Amino acid sequence: MSGRTMFEKIWGGHVVRENEAGTTLLYVDRHLVHEVTSPQAFEGLKLAGRTVRHPEFTLAVPDHNVPTTDRSHGIADPSSAKQIDALEKNCREWDIPFFALDDHRQGIVHVIGPEQGFTLPGMTIVCGDSHTSTHGAFGTLAFGIGTSEVEHVLATQCLLQTKPKTILIQVDGTLSHYCSAKDIILAIIEKIGTAGATGYIIEYAGSAIRALSMEGRMTLCNMSIEAGARAGMVAPDECTIDYIRGRPLAPAGKAFDAAAEAWRQLSTDSDATFDRVLELRAESIAPQVTWGTSPGMGTAVDQYVPDPKTITDDRLRVATEQALDYMGLTSGTPITDISIDKVFIGSCTNGRIEDLRLAAKYAKGKKVHQRVHAMVVPGSGLVKRQAEDEGLDQVFQEAGFEWREAGCSMCLAMNPDVLKFGDRCASTSNRNFEGRQGKGGRTHLVSPAMAVVAAIEGHFVDIRSWIHSQP
Amino acid sequence: MDPFTTLTGLVAPLDRLNVDTDQIIPKQYLKTVQRTGLKDGLFYDWRCMPDGTPDPTFFMNQARFSGVAILLGRDNFGCGSSREHAPWALLDYGIRCVIAPSFADIFYNNCFQNGMLPIVLPEDAINELFCSVDATEGYQLTVNLDAQTITRPEGQLIQFVIDPFRKSCLLSGLDTIGLTLEYEGDIAVYEAKRKTDVPWLFPS
Ligand code: SF4
Repeated sequence: MSGRTMFEKIWGGHVVRENEAGTTLLYVDRHLVHEVTSPQAFEGLKLAGRTVRHPEFTLAVPDHNVPTTDRSHGIADPSSAKQIDALEKNCREWDIPFFALDDHRQGIVHVIGPEQGFTLPGMTIVCGDSHTSTHGAFGTLAFGIGTSEVEHVLATQCLLQTKPKTILIQVDGTLSHYCSAKDIILAIIEKIGTAGATGYIIEYAGSAIRALSMEGRMTLCNMSIEAGARAGMVAPDECTIDYIRGRPLAPAGKAFDAAAEAWRQLSTDSDATFDRVLELRAESIAPQVTWGTSPGMGTAVDQYVPDPKTITDDRLRVATEQALDYMGLTSGTPITDISIDKVFIGSCTNGRIEDLRLAAKYAKGKKVHQRVHAMVVPGSGLVKRQAEDEGLDQVFQEAGFEWREAGCSMCLAMNPDVLKFGDRCASTSNRNFEGRQGKGGRTHLVSPAMAVVAAIEGHFVDIRSWIHSQP
Repeated sequence: MDPFTTLTGLVAPLDRLNVDTDQIIPKQYLKTVQRTGLKDGLFYDWRCMPDGTPDPTFFMNQARFSGVAILLGRDNFGCGSSREHAPWALLDYGIRCVIAPSFADIFYNNCFQNGMLPIVLPEDAINELFCSVDATEGYQLTVNLDAQTITRPEGQLIQFVIDPFRKSCLLSGLDTIGLTLEYEGDIAVYEAKRKTDVPWLFPS
């Protein structure tokens, strides 16, 4: 028998039954729930007279809709408040563990899962949110689902799935000191396109991936969905095991040792094969900046805004023209000549402690450009507390960044953190779609380091040369 | 869920790549706790100019596409967020079928959960349909799910492929949760085994 990939091992371990016509009833170990995609699922459950099968395998938190300014007096927006109240009410009714808005553990669902040790290797995890792929960083099969499937999982702890194909993305070599996981994933998406991995599960491997911290691996897996894949995975190793040890919901003592031993067996067998393989050299990756309205529309910071006239594919040319028109950019402009008005550091892509440490390293002793409004939104209450313990909040505030409460914030701008029409933003989030951060807002996706230096200079800069020009 | 068997309806074109769910239903409409009433938000940012007035070039503001039931799209339709509000909004507006060369996985899946049929056709066939819709006012298609065909008013039949399980669920309007609950026995057996295999996932 030929070897199995990590994905096949995990998938195989979760098959409850194979249905006729090639559909699998797949077991779900853990389910994360947030306020936006769950109310209709709970309502459906009630209407059908069903119950929640395993509330104890579920964890709920409000994140998408929450204000990031002082919220001790409640939420001003009545519809946001109603959604958050509904989540709380549903969780109480069904006995689902819940982090309330004023709980110091509250935060973005994909930040708190790993932080609490709720996310463990070898699991299947789902959530009514496409960036559930984040949890794959632990060697977990984790993917986003719609609200009907949220209801399905609540009622049955299972999902009907068809088996996806697998793609191996192998990144070997040494990544530049000024690049991070965000640059790797943006470079991959630029290369394969936003539908490049549709129908596939990605496994990331290679020495450059191994060298990433858990935070970096989460950033990488997080944006698998922007490449079209529902899930991305990195095999667990000692780095993973060390990260998990001691987390509140992780196994402890002997149980932890047994679990860790099992986790070490999860990685892909050496003779296993993938449906597709893509290889990349880490040395070829430069700091990335997106210029368009799809995450694949990006380039290296030392490049130029592209010229649609040079694109032969009709539809791609039109899409590029539309994107440049929306973004208010002229072909041939050096990326470093693009001025910005806003900077957003945060989100489930780059709102973890390591991201904030890195951002603070570049912000220290500097000042945000006078034209720029910049904000830092920690991914969770615990990230915020940790950052404050390390004095990072001081560094940011002295540099002129706003320091906020945890939440999704300007990543999707469902709360009051919204770009004004025409505002141009350097953002560490994951989507640069039209209007994503506010109607008429223009989003450029970058790493935390690139966002900070853009905030300081008021335009994009090549951090590799910038660093040497600093006193 | 309403079954989907056949559908004859007006076709409207949306000639853009990578139509994302943020466009299909912008975030300000996600603050609802219901599945219905989302049509007001459908393609809101494309439908309206910055000042809120209708953009006459967008299909939803053109009389000839009023009453649309079938939407014609391009590659990677429905990419982005998992929000099921996207198919809910299309459905609420009367669109029960989307035809495109490719769909993003989660959106594709969400359609089936709501009695909607996403059809994948080769690029050439899609191009022809775009031309026909453009050239013919009131252009209608008939979709027959059981036969897996689309009938063009010119008479030609286009065959399409669909997963047999999804097809049977749509045809019967099957409640898939009910289906899974019928396998309660299998789930219980699985859980008992899993508890022995990975006890750390079952804290007492
Ligand atoms: S931070 Fe952004 S991408 Fe992540 S869960 Fe929140 S809204 Fe979604």
